[in-house]
Amino acid sequence: MTMPSTAIIGAAETDELGTLPDRSELQLHAEAARNTLEDAKLAPADIDGIACAGQSPIAVAHYLGIEPAWIDGTGVGGASFMFHVRHAAGAIAAGLCSTVLITHGQSGRSRLGPAGGGRGRDSLPGQFETPHGIVGPPTLFPMGVLRYMKETGTTHEQLASVAVAQRRWAARNPRAKYRDEITVDDVFASPMIAYPMHKLECCLVTDGGGALILTSSDRAEEMDLPHPPVHLLGAGEAMETPMVSQMEDVTSSKAFRRSSAAAFAQAGITPDDVDHLMIYDAFAHLPIYGLEDLGFVGRGEAGAFIEEGHTSPGGRLPLNTNGGGLSYTHTGMYGMFALQESVRQLRGTAPAQVDGVEISVAQGVGGMFMSGGTVVLGRERR
Amino acid sequence: MATPTKPSPKATPETQPFWDATARGELHLQRCRPCDAHYFPPRPFCPTCHSQDVAWEPVSGRGRLHTYVINHRPAPGFEEEAPYPIALVELEEGPRLMANIVEAPAEPDALVLDMPLEVTFEDQGGMQVPKFRPAEPQEGAR
Ligand SMILES: [Zn+2]
Repeated sequence: MTMPSTAIIGAAETDELGTLPDRSELQLHAEAARNTLEDAKLAPADIDGIACAGQSPIAVAHYLGIEPAWIDGTGVGGASFMFHVRHAAGAIAAGLCSTVLITHGQSGRSRLGPAGGGRGRDSLPGQFETPHGIVGPPTLFPMGVLRYMKETGTTHEQLASVAVAQRRWAARNPRAKYRDEITVDDVFASPMIAYPMHKLECCLVTDGGGALILTSSDRAEEMDLPHPPVHLLGAGEAMETPMVSQMEDVTSSKAFRRSSAAAFAQAGITPDDVDHLMIYDAFAHLPIYGLEDLGFVGRGEAGAFIEEGHTSPGGRLPLNTNGGGLSYTHTGMYGMFALQESVRQLRGTAPAQVDGVEISVAQGVGGMFMSGGTVVLGRERR
Repeated sequence: MATPTKPSPKATPETQPFWDATARGELHLQRCRPCDAHYFPPRPFCPTCHSQDVAWEPVSGRGRLHTYVINHRPAPGFEEEAPYPIALVELEEGPRLMANIVEAPAEPDALVLDMPLEVTFEDQGGMQVPKFRPAEPQEGAR
């Protein structure tokens, strides 16, 4: 499939990230939206498409005084924003709208006016997962890790090295929540949350938000913009199962494999062409799965690849350069922050800027490997 | 303050036969006749071929430890047994179920992947929830 190139012309996060007891979730959406409009020097009236997850896009648009002609409430977990980017590109290409605002706001820590979730007693997860004493993602997301380790020979040290590598990036990012470099022994010394995952192998829980504005690349090049546009080269979306217990293979994400294959095909790239990579890291095993499922390394090679420093500052594949969900921030649906960092790296404005980033990939995940969204961004349009 | 109780599942029409069976101390799954394959979770058609020629049948209750976590931050009702294993059990018939491993220490050395397991049941809010415990290897088992 080919479609006209689309560009991100606005991108900004909420004023603050962390613990924000004075803002509702809806307000975090609005703050991110307003900052993003300011970033692009656009007015609410310039926006004719809106997308968000968690909160209703209708509630967000009404709150902002926007009357959109195109609305996308795709809510497939933390990867929703990757889906929104792809849907917006299609909508713009199809002439459904010209300028789409995608917002994220989540009171993941303070829980102020959060949108509801669905794992009731009579849902399938409520019947076949919840009764076994699960406590949120830490008990579900890492379910396949021991199997993966047995099948590939990956070690606990290699798993811990994911957190170590990302902290090296966070140490270079003043906005990161945790900035002190750590060792594998520090990871092992942190409290056990759900074996084999220690606390430092689990993401943060924070408040915050971010937003993006997209328009066509043709229009972006005609506009007098404060930042160079970042062009969408390809995107893909895929799903597997809402129940981690029913994954086809608990040692690999089918959603990652399929969304990335679609995105890379549309962009006409291979992993060798990627200069910068973001892989949604709710837990330390996600970058390991992602490196393999996206085709950057072979089966069972990701742990050693990270341990050897190839994804760390100075390495050949800079990964999760904001510090990731493990060290930067994680509101609950982190995908927006992966996209923000890809845009910053392509603009050349990242706190831990990598030299010569021409192509960046952001891989999102929703639920516990429920969904995957991949976005390929570049400095040059296709 | 009342003592927290473990979460209790609530059946739907599609899953009622599963819970009716556990109430009798039996594990039943659906099998697609055209595919000659069991599947899970319950639904009134085969997820592979969409045939509605499916039947509820008792299964062996035997399986192997496919993977697990040991949860150190207990859910309500699980306080006294923390840390406790939450596992995926691969049944002899093929499907995988999530379940706690009981009657074994909640330690990695005692929970070896692919070890044989057998089903048992525990009352949670009036529903009999499947659990698995270590079993002797079966004759001819893989
Ligand atoms: Zn069938």
